[in-house]
Amino acid sequence: MSRSLFLRDSVVRKNLMALTGLFLCLFLVIHLAGNLQLLLPAEQAQVQYNHYSELLSHNFFIKAVSYALYASILAHALYALILTRRAKQARGPQGYAYDKRGQVTPWYVRNMGVLGALLLAFIIIHMRDFWFQYKFTEMPLDAEGRKDLYTVVAVAYQQLWYVALYVVAMLVLGFHLLHGFHSAFQTLGLYHSKYNRWVKWAGYGYTFIITAGFAIIPIYMYFTQNQPLP
Amino acid sequence: MKIQLKIWRQENAKAKGKMVDYDLPDVNPEMSFLEMLDVLNEKLIRSGDDPIEFDHDCREGICGQCGLFINGRAHGPMSATTTCQLHMRHFEDGDTIYVEPFRASAFPVVKDLRIDRSAFDRIIQAGGFISTRTGDAPEANAIPIGHQTAEDAFDAAACIGCGACVATCKNASAALFTGAKVSHLAMLPQGEPESPERAEKMVAQMEAEGFGHCTNTGACEVECPQEISIEHIARMNFEYNKAAVLEK
Ligand code: HEM
Ligand code: SF4
Ligand code: FES
Repeated sequence: MSRSLFLRDSVVRKNLMALTGLFLCLFLVIHLAGNLQLLLPAEQAQVQYNHYSELLSHNFFIKAVSYALYASILAHALYALILTRRAKQARGPQGYAYDKRGQVTPWYVRNMGVLGALLLAFIIIHMRDFWFQYKFTEMPLDAEGRKDLYTVVAVAYQQLWYVALYVVAMLVLGFHLLHGFHSAFQTLGLYHSKYNRWVKWAGYGYTFIITAGFAIIPIYMYFTQNQPLP
Repeated sequence: MKIQLKIWRQENAKAKGKMVDYDLPDVNPEMSFLEMLDVLNEKLIRSGDDPIEFDHDCREGICGQCGLFINGRAHGPMSATTTCQLHMRHFEDGDTIYVEPFRASAFPVVKDLRIDRSAFDRIIQAGGFISTRTGDAPEANAIPIGHQTAEDAFDAAACIGCGACVATCKNASAALFTGAKVSHLAMLPQGEPESPERAEKMVAQMEAEGFGHCTNTGACEVECPQEISIEHIARMNFEYNKAAVLEK
């Protein structure tokens, strides 16, 4: 491939958004699968979840993938910004005096950038509260001498506003994915009249499972562990 | 029927334009939208005013000249309809109707409602053709093309270059127009060999003209008078990616 590979034109840039987006989608499946352990009975969940977290943070392969993940989030957001600014220029300075274009498409399809920006804000909060604490701070240890991430999570989810924040963030994620999943396939050109119905439904199914799966965790923990802390 | 119009007036490409009010007290509901504008223009000419310039040619839905942005929608409130095929019976007595040019930085206003769509021509010139001389049209059954393929290619070939897709797109993307041409030729044996290269050249021109990117919102396929599907955009992306991967 000649010329500047990553900036050649909007199709290339859009491909990179689709690839990074789909990589994030894949990550979410694994992230959810791991976190479903939080739904186990409290004592078992604590041991198992802390063990799992320690395993992840010492695995070389996981480390490599997580760097790819951080890079993907940044690249995805950066390309979103570049493309959106260019689109604004393409629209031109003079808007329509009377604009009903929104009648033909759903709102979330037209607001992927806003949804994405909210997601980025959520990702930062989320990483600060769990990832940063786990990696860079002294943490209480559990009975087996492992960093007690489980309790940090459980305590966080005893605050109603924090649970609400997570549920709202998952709704934002849901709407971003509702369009993003099949949009990515269309962007990559992996789209065919015979299969596009399947891709759409796969996207809806994926979106539902991911959104509901992540949202259930804080709600469940709020209701089952809402007792005075030791 | 009685109609109130708010129409974009702009002296020339450089001038600042504005919406101007006009009243038409006696509109026949069987008139097409363009005939209604003709009536208004006759009135303006009789009273010594400058008539409103707008593009039109065939007035039968095939030339793609008549793009107008009516009441907030490209070609008006009906889907799959050109402005010349839109009739006043689709409006109510006493309605206020906004009429604006199709907007995009790649489609500068020439005067009033008339825009310069030559960016589309340059995209076609960049690769929307078959570069070998093939002589006269061959006997139709001499080239075996499956029925469904012929139908699909024809659906894409039906683009009339009106620009409604660009006008309605939140990113002012020309992906549906360009995709339709790339896809039309990619599906046929005459066009297929050059297809990846064609996709690259046409995308590069689309970019150079200053159109935005495609976010697959699907607004274009709703407003397209020829109901061209965004599947053709996916095929263009596929051909483009094929070129990028196979390029030496
Ligand atoms: C960092 C915050 C994020 C921002 C700023 C952002 C922004 C965007 C924007 C503006 C688009 C383009 C919309 C379009 O093409 O219609 C997009 C597409 C997409 N996003 Fe995100 N997003 C973010 C996070 C995510 C996450 C966390 C995921 C996945 C879990 C994701 C998955 C996707 C996918 C699959 C697409 C479709 C790509 C395509 O249409 O080709 N995004 N994103
Ligand atoms: S694709 Fe449809 S809307 Fe776009 S220029 Fe062609 S006919 Fe007009
Ligand atoms: S005037 Fe030719 S399509 Fe409307």
